[in-house]
Amino acid sequence: MARRSRTKTPIAEQKPAVRKSNFDEVCLGYTIEEGQAEAIRCLQCKDAPCIASCPVMIDIPGFILAIKAGDMQEAADILGRYTNLPAICGRVCPQEKQCEQVCKLGKAKNFEPVAIGKLERLVADWALENQDFSTLSQSTQPKIGKIAVIGSGPSGLTVAGDLAKLNYEVIVYEALHDAGGVLTYGIPEFRLPKRIVKKEIQSIEALGVTIETNVVIGKTITMDEIMNEFDACYISVGAGAPNFMGIPGTALNGVYSSSEYLTRINLMHSYEFPKYDTPIKRSKNVVVIGGGNVAMDAARSAKRLGAEHVSIVYRRSLEELPARIEEYHHSVEEEINYHWLTNPIEYMNDGHGNLNGVKCIKMELGEPDQSGRRRPVPIKNSEFTIEADTVIEAIGQGSNKVLLSTFPELKLTKWGYIEADPKTGETSIPGVFAGGDIVTGAATVILAMGAGKVAAVQIDKYVQEKKQTPVTTKV
Amino acid sequence: MYKITKSEQLSENEYDFWIEAPRIAAKAQPGQFVILRINDNGERIPLTIAETDPSNGTIRLIFQVIGKTTAELSKLNTGDSILDLTGPLGMPTEIKNYGTVLIVGGGVGIAAIYPIVKGLKQAGNRVITILGAKTAELVILQEECRYYSDELIITTDDGTLGVKGLVTEAMEQVIAREIINCSWAIGPSMMMKFCTLTASKHEVPIYVSLNPIMIDGTGMCGGCRVTIDGNIKFACVDGPEFKGTDVNWDEFISRMKQYTDEEKQCLTADQKVQVTPHG
Repeated sequence: MARRSRTKTPIAEQKPAVRKSNFDEVCLGYTIEEGQAEAIRCLQCKDAPCIASCPVMIDIPGFILAIKAGDMQEAADILGRYTNLPAICGRVCPQEKQCEQVCKLGKAKNFEPVAIGKLERLVADWALENQDFSTLSQSTQPKIGKIAVIGSGPSGLTVAGDLAKLNYEVIVYEALHDAGGVLTYGIPEFRLPKRIVKKEIQSIEALGVTIETNVVIGKTITMDEIMNEFDACYISVGAGAPNFMGIPGTALNGVYSSSEYLTRINLMHSYEFPKYDTPIKRSKNVVVIGGGNVAMDAARSAKRLGAEHVSIVYRRSLEELPARIEEYHHSVEEEINYHWLTNPIEYMNDGHGNLNGVKCIKMELGEPDQSGRRRPVPIKNSEFTIEADTVIEAIGQGSNKVLLSTFPELKLTKWGYIEADPKTGETSIPGVFAGGDIVTGAATVILAMGAGKVAAVQIDKYVQEKKQTPVTTKV
Repeated sequence: MYKITKSEQLSENEYDFWIEAPRIAAKAQPGQFVILRINDNGERIPLTIAETDPSNGTIRLIFQVIGKTTAELSKLNTGDSILDLTGPLGMPTEIKNYGTVLIVGGGVGIAAIYPIVKGLKQAGNRVITILGAKTAELVILQEECRYYSDELIITTDDGTLGVKGLVTEAMEQVIAREIINCSWAIGPSMMMKFCTLTASKHEVPIYVSLNPIMIDGTGMCGGCRVTIDGNIKFACVDGPEFKGTDVNWDEFISRMKQYTDEEKQCLTADQKVQVTPHG
């Protein structure tokens, strides 16, 4: 056996100087040979801590062993048993905080953990290229029941795929014109190409799942109708209502929520305006407020749209930055500037209703707050102004009330999210399950998928055990 | 795909379409709207639902050619289809018996007030309707509105139909002669702003329907935010109807002009379209 390299097998990326002016994917992925070189590094631990730290419990040593053996089909089959969205997870999971963080190789002195995420991506991409999903066999047995899934993001797609595999008739309702939820409207092409999202969604449809777009539950179809026509439903509508800081000037032209900015770019292709009809401001000086992955996505998108100066204003310091460190490094390489320990206090008006600057104040860190992070406190008389023609607020999302307001029977938490048992996905109403960001608040793709996996098992149990007469026995 | 079952040109720039959308037709109430997208490259735009025919599963959309999408839509014919249609969106008008109501529609806004006129009449109100437009041929849905109104007043800027003058002058006359329990005004932003000033001067409650720039229409992007009584509201889910006196009009009108330059750029490819700001 070859000697284990101390470091991860290098992976090809677009050079910063090139990629900052295009929307193509930054990371180019491993070749099979590179993947095998990396797979050799895996210790194949018997107790595999990586499995336990994965929200969907993927047999990580198993698929890595198959890569090592050069059996990509076997690797894909193993992955497919645990996740319906491996090419997506391989790209956007916070691997460094999950599987790779507990990797025993990474615990050894001077060794980096196995690049599990990049290996997952390799297998998934191989499967998307080489597997014909149209030939996946669907059961001809009578369906056990009929399940509605509300929202086609990572959680909804996972529950749908798993229930289809268990032989349920599944209909997924999506309010927008394209499926995928945040995968489609939120995460930019350079981190998650839309063709990958589309292909993985097709692989779920190939399991027999029906996706109906342009349907807003609570408006187009009521929850009463859902409850009457289905044996159970899973609500995974995400946390899609943007928060605003509400400081003076929020209504100025040039002030965007990150949701609007990224929806225009990702869902509506405004970076290809006027080939696509939806416009977006092409600005010179862009300021992004916030420090999460969404802030990074917005800032890097602005750069790609041609902005000369893009800064991120974050009220804490690099140490507390919630974004993935890989994304932070990518952003620095792309010349995104940072104003640490800074908060905006006013958006400045050019006199014609347009933004021309962001007035900020410097902060210092005080005592820890409820989140455990040290609370930022403004420093008196430290105001300064950053020139800006676009500002993007990426300060988080709240729960969207469109469905919830029409379904008052459903119990919510004090923050307005759905109250659901994290172990089962059960809500206060029998037969109604929920998961993903609408339960937890904005979190990660993989956690939303984990909730979907849990709910699929429980929904099956509920229909088989508790529901005496399923509404459908359709073949 | 959503099929156009009937299309008609009402005036130089106004069109009247019926489109197959059974689910929307079954649910839509006065005051609600749809978001549509014509094709893969298209943008998502909101249009008010003027009428529904649940038995045929169709909805009626009356629109004015303003930008690229409405221009493209106007070129479609009966039998053609559009790619996406979502709805019914927004909060419905609160239809109940108020007593005597005054309803003002301006230009293509008449299409948006028509379902409200009809709903309020059916709820037992005495309905006084004012329709205003630049010129006679732009006074749409005249007979439909007349049918559901106890009194119909028409004003045109050039005097080619009804009274020459502004809708606010007609409002003043109606309010001077009788007690109005509630009022609505839908049309261009400036018209709604001045109708609000007129109604509030006489302490008549007034509702308006805002049509800011929107993308998803389900409260997700916040692009349609408006300041209502000092608070940020999203017109797509909290509205589109608001109390006229609560609206920050200057801000609203300014935000309508956000993409004027980009619209012009779009139109260079499609020179036939007239450039006018949204609203």
